[in-house]
Amino acid sequence: MAAKLATGYDVNKVRKDFPVLTREIHPGVALTYLDSAATSQKPNSVIEAMTAYYQDTNANIHRGIHKLAEEATYAYENARERIAAFVNAPSTEELIFTRNTTESINLVAHSWGRTFLKADDLILLTEMEHHSNLVPWQILANELNLELDFIPITPEGLLDLDVYHDLLKREPKLVGITHMSNVLGTVNPLEKILQDAKSAGAVTLVDGAQSVPHFRVDLSNLAADFYAFSSHKMCGPTGIGALFGRKELLEKMPPFLGGGEMIKRVELHSFKTADLPHKFEAGTPAIAEAVGFGAAVDYLSNLGMDQIERHERSLTGYAIEKLTQISDLHILGPDIEEKGGVVSFFIEDIHAHDVAQILDSKGIAVRAGHHCAQPLHTKYNLPATSRASLYLYNTREEVDRLVDGIQKVKEIFA
Amino acid sequence: MEDFYRELIIERYKSPHYRGELNPNDISYEDDNPSCGDHIQIDVRLDEKGIVTEALFSGEGCAISQASADLLLESIIGKSVDEIKEISKEDILENLGIELGPVRLKCALLPLKVLKAGIYGIGDSDGSE
Repeated sequence: MAAKLATGYDVNKVRKDFPVLTREIHPGVALTYLDSAATSQKPNSVIEAMTAYYQDTNANIHRGIHKLAEEATYAYENARERIAAFVNAPSTEELIFTRNTTESINLVAHSWGRTFLKADDLILLTEMEHHSNLVPWQILANELNLELDFIPITPEGLLDLDVYHDLLKREPKLVGITHMSNVLGTVNPLEKILQDAKSAGAVTLVDGAQSVPHFRVDLSNLAADFYAFSSHKMCGPTGIGALFGRKELLEKMPPFLGGGEMIKRVELHSFKTADLPHKFEAGTPAIAEAVGFGAAVDYLSNLGMDQIERHERSLTGYAIEKLTQISDLHILGPDIEEKGGVVSFFIEDIHAHDVAQILDSKGIAVRAGHHCAQPLHTKYNLPATSRASLYLYNTREEVDRLVDGIQKVKEIFA
Repeated sequence: MEDFYRELIIERYKSPHYRGELNPNDISYEDDNPSCGDHIQIDVRLDEKGIVTEALFSGEGCAISQASADLLLESIIGKSVDEIKEISKEDILENLGIELGPVRLKCALLPLKVLKAGIYGIGDSDGSE
């Protein structure tokens, strides 16, 4: 325990930054928030940055000459720079603001996919994809008559890389893969996976919704052509996310949505697109949210992503150790070495919804269902699982409360 | 919470009285609750007057949806198709004897939704609706 404290990460101090964590969720019952993989809570610095923007600055960006418009433009573009730096993107113009991970992937499917794919082309995804990196490709496959195939998952919850290498021989045009599974917690070894995809001639896309919030992601040293992530899972507001894309690709792609902001010049029958990244940002963007997103990456950087990762790893190990001791409870996914802070489990003969409902009465927020990854649940033949997801503000005491809560569930259903 | 998971609900979940499938049947319908993955199929046999003689459910779901299905089927034995059409959300909640929030309400009402869809489907196919 002393060794843990020596890392200098003071979780109790961190918790004071998050006002909602002090809430009494039922009379006399404290909140135990274990649903950060769905959305994280927000620190005061993010909430205050957005409030301050509305109180002191609010204006539309880019074309205004007045002082407020200049300040708003600076705030928006400066947030972009900080977010690009946070993921070590090679350049700021390759960082496009979107609504979220889902919209980022839809942008690629719509704009890159429709331009560069044709009938019978192969798109290679994985069996552990979240719906956001599955349904956009299904829509495109139906439209263009593309072929979809999937890298299977081993019984341990890892991608089957032998099968992957066989699939690459079929020369997929795109390899789309999640950095970290939102159900199994598996952190995929992307360095090699993406390099192999590039060597096979594929364009690569990564769903980073669960990775960027939890560990250091270095886009200058990862062979990802596209990398999508969301603000709201990393202490920032909802309504904004990002798409990183390689400049060579973004420049060849047609715009996604049309309107103001994404144009350089408009005539009655034609338009000329704006330079990157504005080409892909039609209409008035989520300016206050961009400011909040920028404050979120500042917050994470100040805590230190390595410190956050270490804290979560220790906590996840503790949760697995404790939960494994409960009879009839089964944890999905790989061992701690390959796993992030997501612990999905099921209890024999008790439905996940009932587990979540009883835990809620103890103030414990977990998610129950298929977590927007229904095919994965079909593979494991599970109707639904319960998921406890951990973040930088969670504690061992909260894990203990979860364990006590599960014991209560078992008593009720005994 | 002990109130919510009343003994009746836990008992019906663990030992349902009306679980299974009927083949042949006069009505068979299934549906999902996409938010939680609950799946329910209901099979019904009618006599020549359109009165329910047997009804069984199958599928997967939480204690609320499964107990709700079991209690619903118990309540329709001996009833006519027209009487079943009159069953309301309130009747289901009264059977269960609990108050439910909007999310769990869907669980409780899925069996009724499946049953009614099956009944109206029968009506459509023989042109009586």
